[in-house]
Amino acid sequence: MLDADFFRRWMTATAASVDREAERLTALDSPIGDADHGSNLQRGFRAVAATLEKEAPQTPGAVLMLAGRQLISTVGGASGPLYGTLLRRTGKALGDAAEVDAQGLADALRTGVDAVMQLGGAAPGDKTMIDALVPAVDALGESFAAARTAAEEGALATTPLQARKGRASYLGERSIGHQDPGATSSALLIAALAEAAGE
Amino acid sequence: MKMLINVAETVVADALRGMAAAHPELTVDVENRVIVRRDAPVPGKVGLVSGGGSGHEPLHGGFVGPGMLSAACPGEVFTSPVPDQMVRAAAAVDSGAGVLFIVKNYTGDVLNFDMAAELAEDEGIQIAKVLVNDDVAVTDSLYTAGRRGTGATLFVEKIAGAAAEEGQPLERVEALARQVNENSRSFGVALSACTTPAKGSPTFDLPPGELELGVGIHGEPGRERRAMMTSREIADFSVNAILEDMSPRNPVLVLVNGMGATPLLELYGFNAEVQRLLTERGVPVARTLVGNYVTSLDMAGASVTLCQVDEDLLRLWDAPVRTAGLRWGM
Repeated sequence: MLDADFFRRWMTATAASVDREAERLTALDSPIGDADHGSNLQRGFRAVAATLEKEAPQTPGAVLMLAGRQLISTVGGASGPLYGTLLRRTGKALGDAAEVDAQGLADALRTGVDAVMQLGGAAPGDKTMIDALVPAVDALGESFAAARTAAEEGALATTPLQARKGRASYLGERSIGHQDPGATSSALLIAALAEAAGE
Repeated sequence: MKMLINVAETVVADALRGMAAAHPELTVDVENRVIVRRDAPVPGKVGLVSGGGSGHEPLHGGFVGPGMLSAACPGEVFTSPVPDQMVRAAAAVDSGAGVLFIVKNYTGDVLNFDMAAELAEDEGIQIAKVLVNDDVAVTDSLYTAGRRGTGATLFVEKIAGAAAEEGQPLERVEALARQVNENSRSFGVALSACTTPAKGSPTFDLPPGELELGVGIHGEPGRERRAMMTSREIADFSVNAILEDMSPRNPVLVLVNGMGATPLLELYGFNAEVQRLLTERGVPVARTLVGNYVTSLDMAGASVTLCQVDEDLLRLWDAPVRTAGLRWGM
């Protein structure tokens, strides 16, 4: 069973990973976006880690809701509302249970991903974070490690796609041939989940 | 790349402190990143709040003041502000007559302003929104994020600002803002990429002999790359792209806008070509504005925006305005 401490570890691991990979995310955002994805997420997840250190929410749902609110208040751009909504809605779906099992998390995360699709209007294949998150959620029933692999493969698979949402969409065909930075950061989030689970 | 900064993390805050020192007629909340005209809320007046990423100065903070915006929220460089900023701004300028959010069509701006509108309405502030999407370089379809908002933002903010200053109600100010956007089209070119403080190197690679046609204002490449052209050829391409999309029957406002690193000498020369073309195409020009108004950090290049106006819109355009970046008649 996964408790509040597990979810704090997930968020802390994400913050550490975004810190490590910020430059790579920004480099991916440079040819098709505006070269700030890494620095924006870094600012947001640092704030998440700092807040979780100060406040210690007692349930998994509360941890994710607090993290989501922090991201909305600190990131800006499209990433702030999208990642903020992902975590908030996932947290909300977890309710106020003190512990959840892996299947409960998978179901809640699916609710969160659906909310992101609705907010951003993106579907799989649009070259966005959805392309990493949807396969990850599908694989989560199997194991955390499988979800990590699915997210990473999903991110890599965005390279040949033409962007249809977000700033990269303004480039039309010129967005083809570049891996999507949002899908890449989503793969980091899922990898951190596997890390928190010790997989 | 050399920049006149301390560190990338404090660029926006440092600029806001400097702006506060230069403009005592503004209330600049550096910590929460909100710029408000000092006499807000003005009783009975609709509040106008705009915002977007930093790096486009004087947009938007430079357009706060009597006759234009009531408040602006600058985000990180090229990153939309967060909802907390907009809610704070709306609360600071609402006199009970409601607040209009002026939003450029970028996913981040749209999402954050949408969230802010919900939160502000929860606090009892009446909110209306207008989306600016004037860039003809981008195709607009169900399967894209739609056209970008660029130079027309200035026209929307000025004309809606004048209407609000006259005491017109929220629905009317909103309708005028929408009309100005619908009447406006823009096209931009880049002669160089720009450098964001966070990255420290050009956002894309543009060889010396080439230019990008159809760029936005975030240092992203445009829709097409070509060998460098003359000012006359660039004007032809830009104005034709706009006129393919609109056929003005009324006079137009012309904005020849610098992207940040193109000197006025070049912009005025470019404007001469734009005006020649408009004359040839039989498009009467009512007013022209030339300068750096909607910039993209240190990008070299220019954009052209045309806005078709009737007598009422022209009167509002001519109405007095007193801001850091635009000032006439008072």
